Amino acid sequence: MISAPRGGRGDDTARTKQFEIKSHVMSQTELSHSRGITATRGNTDGHVSTLALTFHRAALWLQSPRPYLMFIGFSLFLGFWYLAVEVWKLPRFAEMPGLTTVVSEWLSKNPTYGLSIFMEEYYLHIWVSTRRIAIAFFLATAIGVPLGLFLGWSKRFKQYVFPVFELLRPVPPLAWVPLAIVMFAGSETPVIFLTFLASFYATALNTMLGVESIDVSYIRAASCLGAKRWQVFRHVIVPGALPFIFTGLQISVGVAWFSLVAGEMVSGQYGLGYVINTSYTMVRYPTIIIGMVTLGIVGYVTSAAIRMLGNYMMQWRTRELALGEER
Amino acid sequence: MSALSKWSFKVSSFIVGEDFWRGIVAIIVFLIFWEIGSRSEALFGFAFPWVGQVPAPSAVLKEIYRLIQEPSFWHSGYLSTRRVLEGFFAAMLVGIPLGLAMAVSRTFYGITFPVFEVLRPIPPLAWVPAAIIFWPTQELSIAFVTFLGAFFTIVINVIGGAQSIDVRYFQAARSMGSSTFDIFRRIILPGVLPSIVVGATVGIGITWAVVVAAEMISGGGSAGSMGGAAGGGLGFFIWNSYVGGSYTQIVAGMISIGAAGYMSSAILRKIGQLLTPWLAEG
Amino acid sequence: MTTQPAYTRSSAPVAGVAAQARKGGVRIMDVVKRYGTQDAGVLAVDHCTFDVPAGEITVVVGPSGCGKTTLLNAIAGFHSLTSGSIYLDNEMLCGPGRLKAEPGPDRIVVFQNGALFPWKTNIENVAFGPIMQGYMTRKDALEKARDMMADAGLRGIENNYPGEISSGVRRRVEIVRALMTDPKILLLDEPYRALDSLTKSVMHEALLEIFYKNRVTIFFITHDLEEAIFLGHRVVIMTTRPCKPKTILDIDIPHPRDYNVLTTKRFREFMDETAAAVHEEATKAFAAGEKER
Repeated sequence: MISAPRGGRGDDTARTKQFEIKSHVMSQTELSHSRGITATRGNTDGHVSTLALTFHRAALWLQSPRPYLMFIGFSLFLGFWYLAVEVWKLPRFAEMPGLTTVVSEWLSKNPTYGLSIFMEEYYLHIWVSTRRIAIAFFLATAIGVPLGLFLGWSKRFKQYVFPVFELLRPVPPLAWVPLAIVMFAGSETPVIFLTFLASFYATALNTMLGVESIDVSYIRAASCLGAKRWQVFRHVIVPGALPFIFTGLQISVGVAWFSLVAGEMVSGQYGLGYVINTSYTMVRYPTIIIGMVTLGIVGYVTSAAIRMLGNYMMQWRTRELALGEER
Repeated sequence: MSALSKWSFKVSSFIVGEDFWRGIVAIIVFLIFWEIGSRSEALFGFAFPWVGQVPAPSAVLKEIYRLIQEPSFWHSGYLSTRRVLEGFFAAMLVGIPLGLAMAVSRTFYGITFPVFEVLRPIPPLAWVPAAIIFWPTQELSIAFVTFLGAFFTIVINVIGGAQSIDVRYFQAARSMGSSTFDIFRRIILPGVLPSIVVGATVGIGITWAVVVAAEMISGGGSAGSMGGAAGGGLGFFIWNSYVGGSYTQIVAGMISIGAAGYMSSAILRKIGQLLTPWLAEG
Repeated sequence: MTTQPAYTRSSAPVAGVAAQARKGGVRIMDVVKRYGTQDAGVLAVDHCTFDVPAGEITVVVGPSGCGKTTLLNAIAGFHSLTSGSIYLDNEMLCGPGRLKAEPGPDRIVVFQNGALFPWKTNIENVAFGPIMQGYMTRKDALEKARDMMADAGLRGIENNYPGEISSGVRRRVEIVRALMTDPKILLLDEPYRALDSLTKSVMHEALLEIFYKNRVTIFFITHDLEEAIFLGHRVVIMTTRPCKPKTILDIDIPHPRDYNVLTTKRFREFMDETAAAVHEEATKAFAAGEKER
């Protein structure tokens, strides 16, 4: 894989900089080496150190080039949008709502198309979508995590259940829409079912994977120490799979939003997907963008919330990662 | 042991193994419950909730048999598959270089990643109306949305893969005097390949989901005017079956999509294995 | 003193040691372990027979992949035998009719890569055994754990997570955890393999200190001959896969030992006697292309 030696070309230091791939995105390790505050030995007062940690990290962040690059990135993106639609009036962008139109609409007290941050209807739609996500996600987690745990833990159970599970999985969530409408009465349930399905598969699969990737030494050690099977399950399997479970949950929330929007666009009333769809059919283009941006924000917030919950529940992992020592 | 004999040993021991039979039993039980549930109205005088409304497997099977003889059905399949492949390859074409650029250049990453991360949580389908406004033809708008679906996944995977290439490979190559191009070709590319494969396998699943959804929403695209219940792609086919009240067709359509999606993932995985033979070594 | 592997070795109590009944003596008799079928399988252990005397440290040395871990796993109860039998304190652990033992707190394993639960604090780890087995309340178990950790020189890290301490310290915590339940025999599977040699020498002395306090039988696997001779009362040198005892040595360097032993004449004499044998097996293993596990 490594080529035969050739005469060295150019400046060594330039190449060093170019291929320092590991360092620049591994902000965790960077920070941990430079920070004076580490997860202190035996310090159980989580609150003080977390807060101080946050401030410290924020200060470091501001000193790095990152916020300025970020600013450049957004300016380029938004700038291009603004210029393309409103200044240069490029033909392709003729019908697109411009940046200023969208922003002014979004922030106006009296929006032309009825949706802005001051309108109650806006929050109603957000609430409706979020509620659906919450129900579907909660159900998917409540059923998916235990199922995934058992699928990973009991070989026999997996032999029976997994084939059926895999049989239904390739059908994309939206393909279930008509069937869901046929099966479930009302307009809410099909949409929630759809969201639930997609979420459930992601959760169950990742949980199962999590259990299967637990180092067998842990299980053996626990057995040696006298733990019975159910104790091994509770003290080794469940905590051991937790990192994977939380990754799965983050994926699951993303997938849930994906399916929810699809479901809302096809059937159902209220909700952000519905907003986007009707805004299109009623030729209220700026509202489409408002809907999209809102979706992005809410989606990000839900993901972040889960990630933070995971970090809190897995203190041992955050501390370990924070130290980042060579071992 | 030759590769062929190894493989046939694996297959035959799998079939004889308990894995296989338990799975078969479970599937059969599942189908039986489904059949009974669908016929619950006729059998028990009242319909089971949910299952009671679903067409029975036997009826679905008959429908599938009928459909595979109809050319318009295969045409739908072709349309959907074509859209998936178009979007998918576009996503790979743009995503891989972009991901590599982001992984290699700190500055480029700093500029582009925040914007990327902000756009990522927006579900691809939410882009549909914007895409329709922007692109001249409906076909292109579906392709664009499909592209978005796979794009984000592929970029994230490429960045992750490039990051995890052990920095010592670069040091070793440089100490042997490799040129920049050589390093790119012989270290970065193979190093990133496994992550690209993973991103692609996941991405194509997403692509299928998006294509089906987009077809349902936008009414089958320009080919929808072909008419008949099976024009405009499989997504449109399912929606039309629903509108037309033919429930067995709905399920038949779902099964076809599932099968197509599964096969494309499997093919990709196989291609992936061929491209990265070093991973298979025990 | 080198002996050929013969079954004349007596299992009488070792002369000169205290008369208290020592537990944990293991007798391995004609053990065979084959993975897979008769034709397409791999023979890991080939008619292995030797003794692990109670109250002593027995070290098994051999090249990587030779099957010594398989033996340990059979004693611990993780793997079954193909034939032969293993006795613990004259009771059959596994053998004809019952080819697999059950893992239990009388034979605790310390693993190569460490198996301290990362999601529990150190003291919760140490107290795990008694709490699981239920013969102590949580409060009592934690107290005893604190005492034992202090005894082993590990005071102050009770409330940290394993991920926060160095790997050498982690090993020591793991050994304390193993000793909490007063096992008959401690099974150590190359526990210091991943440590640098400076840390290793500290670990060795720590292990010996623990041994002198507790007198638990120790069955130790390693690929490092020096480590073996330094620690062991008895060293068993294995052939490459399938493994079989090639040479059995009784190390008569007196206990208690410390690192000064390494430079004594007797130590060098042992190294001379055995280095050739070990090297021979290592070369065979290398030629056979044994892979690191």
